[in-house]
Amino acid sequence: MIRLSTLAACAGLGALLAAQPAISAELSIALGSIGKDVEEMRTQLSKFTEETGHTVKIVEMPASTTDQFGQYRLWLAAQNADIDVYRTDVIWAPQLAANLVDLSEAMADRVDQHLPSVIQSQTVDGKLVAFPMYTDAPALYYRTDLLEKYGKEVPTTWEELAATAKEIQDAEREAGNSQMNGFVFQGAPYEGLTCDGLEWVASHGGGTIVDENGEITINNEKAAAALEKAKGWVGSIAPSGVLSYKEEESRGVWQTGNAVFMRNWPYAYPLGNGDDSAVKGKFDVAPLPAGAESGESAACLGGWNLAVSQYSEDQEAAIELVRFLTSEQSQKERAIMTARLPTIAALYDDPEVAEAQPIVAEWDTVVESAVPRPSAPTKSQYNEVSKEFWTAVNETLAGRGTAADNLDQLENRLRRLKRSGWE
Amino acid sequence: MANVSMGAPPTRKAMEAEERPAARSNLSRERLRSAWLFLTPMLLVLALVAGWPLIETIYYSFTNASLSNIDGAEWVGLRNYWEYVDYGDGEGEYFGLFFDSQWWNAVWNTVYYTVISVSIETVLGLAFALVLNAEFKGRALVRAAVLIPWAIPTIVSAKMWAWMMNDQFGILNDMLMTVGIISSPVAWTADPDTAMWAVIMVDVWKTTPFMALLILAGLQMVPGDVYEAAKIDGIHPVKVFWKVTLPLIRPAILVAVIFRALDALRVFDLIYVLTPNNTDTKTMSVFAQENLFQFDKFAYGSAASTFLFLVIAFITLFYIKVARLDLGGKGR
Repeated sequence: MIRLSTLAACAGLGALLAAQPAISAELSIALGSIGKDVEEMRTQLSKFTEETGHTVKIVEMPASTTDQFGQYRLWLAAQNADIDVYRTDVIWAPQLAANLVDLSEAMADRVDQHLPSVIQSQTVDGKLVAFPMYTDAPALYYRTDLLEKYGKEVPTTWEELAATAKEIQDAEREAGNSQMNGFVFQGAPYEGLTCDGLEWVASHGGGTIVDENGEITINNEKAAAALEKAKGWVGSIAPSGVLSYKEEESRGVWQTGNAVFMRNWPYAYPLGNGDDSAVKGKFDVAPLPAGAESGESAACLGGWNLAVSQYSEDQEAAIELVRFLTSEQSQKERAIMTARLPTIAALYDDPEVAEAQPIVAEWDTVVESAVPRPSAPTKSQYNEVSKEFWTAVNETLAGRGTAADNLDQLENRLRRLKRSGWE
Repeated sequence: MANVSMGAPPTRKAMEAEERPAARSNLSRERLRSAWLFLTPMLLVLALVAGWPLIETIYYSFTNASLSNIDGAEWVGLRNYWEYVDYGDGEGEYFGLFFDSQWWNAVWNTVYYTVISVSIETVLGLAFALVLNAEFKGRALVRAAVLIPWAIPTIVSAKMWAWMMNDQFGILNDMLMTVGIISSPVAWTADPDTAMWAVIMVDVWKTTPFMALLILAGLQMVPGDVYEAAKIDGIHPVKVFWKVTLPLIRPAILVAVIFRALDALRVFDLIYVLTPNNTDTKTMSVFAQENLFQFDKFAYGSAASTFLFLVIAFITLFYIKVARLDLGGKGR
């Protein structure tokens, strides 16, 4: 007993010592690694260290947002003090709000610079839980050389895309290029497929799964038609392995020159123009195709934000880091290096950005009209809603049941989840 | 978990059996006391690292706990397992684990995976063990080499196989296409027809050495003179295998099978890393993980974990009963 209390006293003393304000803090930031994200982060962090004297350790996470979320949720529930700053997905705000620091005061002077819709998405019951680092809206990547070779226009509808992809793929395979695919996207059952699926459904006028008021709208004919169309692509213009592709797998196929079209986020733009890329200088981007009837194109709103953990032992330094990484200067450098879309509207007109990454300058209209996933109305149940949706889409693509049946089942499942209301 | 009940009691029983003939002398009481003294630390550690989490999990499965509010968990009875919700208009619906078709699908996937993979591993493991038991040049080297797949961490071998089975860059498709067995690349882990078999194949590749090792240990216990006697009697080697070798190594095989089956029933890492985790391959552990950490349903995930524990416990008890397995190591 005596020993125990001595131990406790020692631990208490240690905690006291550790809590003393340090001149230079040691921080940790957790982020997923897609493309050049970690490399880019390292560059900016060394500048941060130069400026402030704080050192920052990067905790690298898996690329899949679904995997990251599980780990973050666990750390936050365990009140882990090892991670100070999390890079959070745009859809996580309502689910993690309870464990994150309210940034509204610390960021009050910056809020007005940023796109209101993005700030809105990170505000939960008046609490600003994360601050935008960059936003995201996908593009249709296409091979300029192949379209020119076969005298094709850039497709504006999904039908045109399928027809062009089929024709070029078959002709290229005939010519001995047996690895050529028409179209690659993200078909694995994970959050990314919710984005792809939502784009198909929304561009056909089939709504956004759950509408702003929390009504379940997914079970409709237009949504079923959209999914049936996508199902027709698998095995014909898309490789059947697309059912296991996430962003990086589809980029792998694309960047080795084995696809005519790809749906992906802007980060793939500078990578595709890298020296090790087989498609360097042979591609361009366009907004995603539209549904034939509605004539509208839908881009899923993505983007990543920085949040400070409530359990961080040095929240002031952590907020300093968030301010640094979300500043206009950092967003500009990020856009130039990795084509991550800024959340500061003014940067879309910046000549240096436009010169380095033309996609950014072109993308302001796409970002403006991007479709958010229903993370706000479904609150803490969003992940499960999303899982049910991507499961239904994945099953349809894999040929297990018709789109109509699967959406019927999806509606039932969502009803069961919702019961009397989302919570 | 099973170790808790298997590890401690036999020792005590053995001690008591020894005691019975003599009256409880001071000496035997002394010995019993020191036996408990020696066992206590291990029992405490087991209770702490295995018993406590298990009881916690079972407790949470009867609450409405969520990860963001784990301390505020309230007792809700059987709701996570079984609940009837009356909509008030004469209609109602059942909720809970027992009525969750996705859960039953996961249970089926797990059992299917376990039965098939463990069966294949047992047969192959036995064959490997018989070969490794024979005298040949370089046997020591082969014995070591065979163990390599088992020595590689699952996460590494799963990732390695995922690359080999990749539909675009995978070496497997390339080889099969060169030989002419398939005409176009197969998406092994994504295609509903091949996904589970891809998992089983990797598991067989990885754990057959483990089976072989355990069975080899059993084979080496078989005394050489029975074979000599059979040889003198002129018995056909196949008959010797069925009538002599197999009955003698049966206990070793049965123990190896239960080890493997327990492991296979809680499979997580291989499936999680190798496959895209769709309806074809989702197992009980993956289902539980998803509910525990991805969704805001810690209690429901705990219910799934509890059920997983019960399934494993039930299968183990059933197996021990049917196989008349003697884990106490007495009557051989």
